[in-house]
Amino acid sequence: MSALLAIIGRDLKLALRGGADVLTLVLFFVMVAAVMPFAIGPDRPLLQKLGPGIVWIAAFLSMLLGLDRLFRDDEADGSLVLFRHAAIPLEAVVLGKMVAHWLLTALPLLVASPLLAVLLSMDPNGWGRAALSLLLGTPALTAFATIGAAVTVSLRRGGLLAPVLILPLAIPVLIFGVAIAAGGDGSGAATLVLAAISLVCVAFCPFAAALALRVSGE
Amino acid sequence: MDEGQAKSAGLLEVSGLTLSRGGRVLLSNIGFTLASGEKLLVRGPNGAGKSSLLLALAGVLRPEAGRIAWHLGETPQIHYFGHATALKPHLTLAETLNFWRAVNGAGEMPAGPALEAVGLGGLEAIEAGHLSAGQGKRLALSRLLVSPRRVWLLDEPTASLDVEGHARVAGLIDAHTASGGIAIVATHDELALAGAPRTLALGAGR
Repeated sequence: MSALLAIIGRDLKLALRGGADVLTLVLFFVMVAAVMPFAIGPDRPLLQKLGPGIVWIAAFLSMLLGLDRLFRDDEADGSLVLFRHAAIPLEAVVLGKMVAHWLLTALPLLVASPLLAVLLSMDPNGWGRAALSLLLGTPALTAFATIGAAVTVSLRRGGLLAPVLILPLAIPVLIFGVAIAAGGDGSGAATLVLAAISLVCVAFCPFAAALALRVSGE
Repeated sequence: MDEGQAKSAGLLEVSGLTLSRGGRVLLSNIGFTLASGEKLLVRGPNGAGKSSLLLALAGVLRPEAGRIAWHLGETPQIHYFGHATALKPHLTLAETLNFWRAVNGAGEMPAGPALEAVGLGGLEAIEAGHLSAGQGKRLALSRLLVSPRRVWLLDEPTASLDVEGHARVAGLIDAHTASGGIAIVATHDELALAGAPRTLALGAGR
């Protein structure tokens, strides 16, 4: 457990000391929502209707921005090879890095979501539903991002390929996420389905990503 | 286990090892065994396959043919020290070692004495990004000390090090093998090691 916490703590420290990556993601997330009223026009009911979709598109694209740094630095400086001989399995290392990645890319978006709600004319209930949908759906997006980053870690243009790989996997998350955020009759079932998707993805992703990392080293 | 038993119980058995990279055969039909307390120097010109051999022994590269058998039990017992030092410029030296202590398993030696042992005493609080290349290599070497492992696979451990650093590396390897560990060292440098280390000369795909 201490090894897992050490990996999470190290990645958080490196991200916070290393630059403004976290702020870049949040800024991108907010900017997408900020330009929407200008693009769509000052039609408040339309903005409210499109709000959940805009929130999820902004969140998905923002999380893609941070995808490349998941394993790339550790591959470049030789840490990944050392992780293979760690006292914990490579799967646990991946889990630690995945949790850190969620804390660095998804949690800031949740924190910034009230600002989006204001920009998109969402009422407090609408914001609550959008925040809940992000809380439930972003772990699955992080899991997919982890697999994409692991598969492409040794490729020269991996940063371009990974988003293409994970896009089909992320579509169901976007569909159910928007359904929850929009409210309505099916949102209860969508909540359960999205929670299930995230749980299954988080459980299986470390094994798939660790396998990809092992193969990529050969 | 006394010395005789340790010698007879090979920790590593390599037989018929063939390794290719990029369609080029680097190693062909290599075989050797190593027992507790032994050190093996791997020598050869650039491109002879020294680093690839160490990566194969570390389980990173899959051999084309042959067998690598470690008799080390269940717990991880291998330290791999490669050209890349796995250092993060924004972590202090103490944070770096404490991280690897947590991930690799903590031994009796804490970060401070380990840094002293490689000549970086008193620099615990500075960030690794401020170290020179040689100091970075020393910091990477100190990682071997904070988490005891029986096997050291060292790829050019003295590269970028000064004369005093060479002597320290030789001392660390001698101390490690004297305590029953094994060390496989790929190097171009002359290391003043105690005893008579075995040598594996690579070249021309052999």
